[in-house]
Amino acid sequence: MASPSTTADLVAPRPSPGSDNYLTHEKGFLSWALTLDHKRIGVMYLASVLCAFALGGTFALILRTELLTPGKTIIEHDTYNQMFTLHGAVMVFLVIIPGIPAALGNIALPLQLGAKDVAFPRLNLASYYLWLLGAACMLTSLIMNAADTGWTFYAPYSTTTQTAVAPAAMGAFILGFSSIFTGLNFIVTIHKLRPPGMGWFRLPLFVWALYSTALIQVLATPVIGITLLMLIVERLLHIGIFDPALGGDPVLFQHFFWFYSHPAVYIMVVPGFGVIGDIIPVFSRKRIFGYKFIAVSSLAIAFLGFLVWGHHMFVAGQSLLAGSIFSAITFLIAIPTAIKVFNWITTMYKGRIHLDTPMLYALAFLWVFTIGGLTGVFLAVMSVDVHLHDTYFVVAHFHYVMMGGAITALLGGIHYWWPKAFGRMYNEKVGRFGAVVVFIGMNITFFPQFILGSRGMPRRYYNYLPEFQPLHQLSTLGAYVLGLGFLMTAVSLVRSLMKKPDAPANPWGSRTLEWTISSPPPYYNFKTAPLVTRGPYDDYDGLVYDEKIHGYVEKGA
Amino acid sequence: MSDATSEAAESPKPKSAPPKAEHGHDDGHGNGHDHGHGHDDHDPIHAANPHLAHHFDTPQQQFDAGKLGIWLFLLTEVLFFAGLFCAYTVYRSYRPEVFVYAHYFLNTKLGALNTCVLLLSSLTAAWSVRNAQLRQHGLLKLNIIITIACACTFMVVKYFEYAHKFHDGLLPGPHFAPTEQVWELESFKHKHPEAAEYAEHLIKSAEKKKAASEKPAAVPPAAATGVVAGSGTAAPPAGGAEAQAEATATVAKEGAHAEEIHGRPTEEQLEPLIAAGVIGPKAETRDVPSKPRNAHVFFSIYFFMTGLHGLHVLIGIGVWIWLLLKANKNVFGPNYFGPIDYAALYWHLVDLIWIYLFPLLYLIH
Amino acid sequence: MSEHAHDHAHGAEGHGDGHDDHGLAHTTPVSLLVGILAVLLVLTVLTVTVTSFDLGAEGNLVVAMIIATIKAALVVTFFMHLFWDKKFHLILFLTSVLFVILFLSMTITDRGEYDRDVEAFRAAQAQANAK
Repeated sequence: MASPSTTADLVAPRPSPGSDNYLTHEKGFLSWALTLDHKRIGVMYLASVLCAFALGGTFALILRTELLTPGKTIIEHDTYNQMFTLHGAVMVFLVIIPGIPAALGNIALPLQLGAKDVAFPRLNLASYYLWLLGAACMLTSLIMNAADTGWTFYAPYSTTTQTAVAPAAMGAFILGFSSIFTGLNFIVTIHKLRPPGMGWFRLPLFVWALYSTALIQVLATPVIGITLLMLIVERLLHIGIFDPALGGDPVLFQHFFWFYSHPAVYIMVVPGFGVIGDIIPVFSRKRIFGYKFIAVSSLAIAFLGFLVWGHHMFVAGQSLLAGSIFSAITFLIAIPTAIKVFNWITTMYKGRIHLDTPMLYALAFLWVFTIGGLTGVFLAVMSVDVHLHDTYFVVAHFHYVMMGGAITALLGGIHYWWPKAFGRMYNEKVGRFGAVVVFIGMNITFFPQFILGSRGMPRRYYNYLPEFQPLHQLSTLGAYVLGLGFLMTAVSLVRSLMKKPDAPANPWGSRTLEWTISSPPPYYNFKTAPLVTRGPYDDYDGLVYDEKIHGYVEKGA
Repeated sequence: MSDATSEAAESPKPKSAPPKAEHGHDDGHGNGHDHGHGHDDHDPIHAANPHLAHHFDTPQQQFDAGKLGIWLFLLTEVLFFAGLFCAYTVYRSYRPEVFVYAHYFLNTKLGALNTCVLLLSSLTAAWSVRNAQLRQHGLLKLNIIITIACACTFMVVKYFEYAHKFHDGLLPGPHFAPTEQVWELESFKHKHPEAAEYAEHLIKSAEKKKAASEKPAAVPPAAATGVVAGSGTAAPPAGGAEAQAEATATVAKEGAHAEEIHGRPTEEQLEPLIAAGVIGPKAETRDVPSKPRNAHVFFSIYFFMTGLHGLHVLIGIGVWIWLLLKANKNVFGPNYFGPIDYAALYWHLVDLIWIYLFPLLYLIH
Repeated sequence: MSEHAHDHAHGAEGHGDGHDDHGLAHTTPVSLLVGILAVLLVLTVLTVTVTSFDLGAEGNLVVAMIIATIKAALVVTFFMHLFWDKKFHLILFLTSVLFVILFLSMTITDRGEYDRDVEAFRAAQAQANAK
């Protein structure tokens, strides 16, 4: 046990087909359905989340197609309302929130910690089944008479509309518990299952990000739980807590909703920061710059994220006093966020940058997220927000953050950990091409929406003035390009699974622990807990590229 | 239905959460997992501790992980209830009269009884942790049984409270139709006998006036709205002025009506009625005592808070029964008492929430 | 504290790591547990009794909340072992309390601010209806 984790004896040779790993250890449907193995749960999460992403993406394409012309293009206005509601709800609750933590986190986090599993494997599986149950509820709403409230379920419309709000809200409620379970599990895992030698400041940044995320999940998600429960009860029994006609207070609903849903924005994007923080030093072959600042800024974002929810309510009847407080604190969030971006850029400075697929996504992230983040600062100014609230400017802003931040990072992470998770290398050329297409498509889709919004195009509208048509059409064109990029990437990834296992243990030359074991990892990850003697981004020069196995090995090994 | 579903969503928490999650069970697939894994690294520690899961190195690590897990879970519970406490606070500061009005309908004695029952069960829960640590198998079972008995007592008392409320029409939302007026309640009469009497007189005089106003001709148009009752011997107040009247003015006028039959009431006599929103600017009608506007919201919050709390008690009963079955196999000891400890922590939190619910719902001054 | 008088006094030293001589955590003496229950019951009687005195507009609520908080603190400190437990668990619990306070205070601050507008609107409507 005295040998450091990263010595060659732990770097397993290239696996021969049929060698024992977590994918082949047990066979059959039940070995997956009842698995307690974090990697398998992660893979199931990944597959499910990507299916939900395809569904949400299809909704988006239909919506964009509808907006090609003013008035009716392909669907009726009521269907349009239902579709943007489900697009939002599916993307937020089913895709982005569980995307990086539950899918990639489950696969990578215990490996990065040198642990055999997460702290509570059964809870982990329960979390996955709750996700499925939540997704089923959402689909029930879709089949019955899909909710048309917007993903925010604002009262009093949500308490009075005839559409199936209750199943959708119940779905979100259940998904909240799924998210809490994952977060709780990760916090305990990070606290209690670290290997010897791995102090808090030797944690990979991905782990730091997931830790901050998990804190938000645990502290904020219960509030959306109770809020949605109250909403459902309000709908069924008309208890009069949110419905003004019964003496309720609809602004209270917004307070409750955003107390969770603003921090939830950080549940969505902070794990993305973690992925980017892991990718950039590896592909710059350079130690991360300002490790501690990046790590702690995640916590700062998590904390500040709780104190800004009112910036969603500047025009909702919220008082000037509360608005001013929320606005001021919102500006503060720009600081830890900027610290991250500056440190990533400084990490690349004078590095030997390798433009592999994960790195392309990381660069795309920096560009798109910075635009998304900065426009958020505009919107935090109350006087500006009064004009831009509920316009396409807001739509563009949060798509630049959610799509450009969270989804880009998710794709980057998928490409980064794909060889580890499945033991297969995807076609690098297609991967890079896909990244470029996605990046271009994203900008063509959402940049025109900034212009549309600043010119007064309201969000969620079915119809619009003719003068907005060119920009809408450009945006729709971008959506098609984006869809094409995703499709291409998906095909490439799926095709890689049909190849022979060819991924080396360490294809990128990373220094974190998951790359010290074979690809795919053995059933119990590490035979004994590795002893950690260096930081997660130290000593890239100690690795050399081995042409024979197409991967990195320790120098002198 | 929503309650049932929420239970479905929540019930895995205490059951599959920390207590169960990390302990290798002696049945089910969990063991198969341990098995397949264990062979090459089944060290003496795992061999000596059948309840130590494969991915933990020592019982201490497993216990600490579980303990941190349950504390995080309690964190989520605190914030889960926070939404309801927030709604409570907002409505209480917004409509204090509704809360004063409604609390007369609650049975303080039953509330206090339930508080004591829960506190007692908290003691036995804490005690059972000690029993498990010290391998006192008999006492452990006894304490768990007392805990379950207390929890059941709590639920039975709650059942009678609810049944009584349903019977009296104290339902949330539009179904709210109390069969008794607040001043007819014993709890009100006992505290404020004069105010109750005065309210009766107001009602009677209003009835008289109503009967009088049904004689046509003499009725001023505003009386038809039911807002102003004016005719007979007393000088009728002008309709427009009445609508705009300040609270004090209204009270004074009401005083004037009642004077004929009862003599001028004192401020102290009126105060309980105004505080409860029975008369005054926020009552449905101004000189006829009635329930305050949106009185049903209190019962919405009351049923929501106590209902959700009761649901937690029910889940707790389930967990304790499961632990009783486990304790029956004498498995707990100094190296394995986590499940009892975690369940007790959960149980204390349920008690903690009740400690706040009791004064907030039952002890409104 | 009274636990020192008992057979498990050593547990009081176990703060930092929660480690204990014979087991994984501190063992709480029975007399302490019973004593805490007695105090809790007394406080319950007290809070019921206090309700019958008029302590001003918010006075009764404040007193009731203070008593409830003392009771809660006793439960958390002794029944839930936080006195002997890891400090991190205490921090976690206090964090949850802090966030509840943040949530309540911001929401209620705001509610108080726009309440006047709501009331003004109601009054205007009532007036319009009366005409």
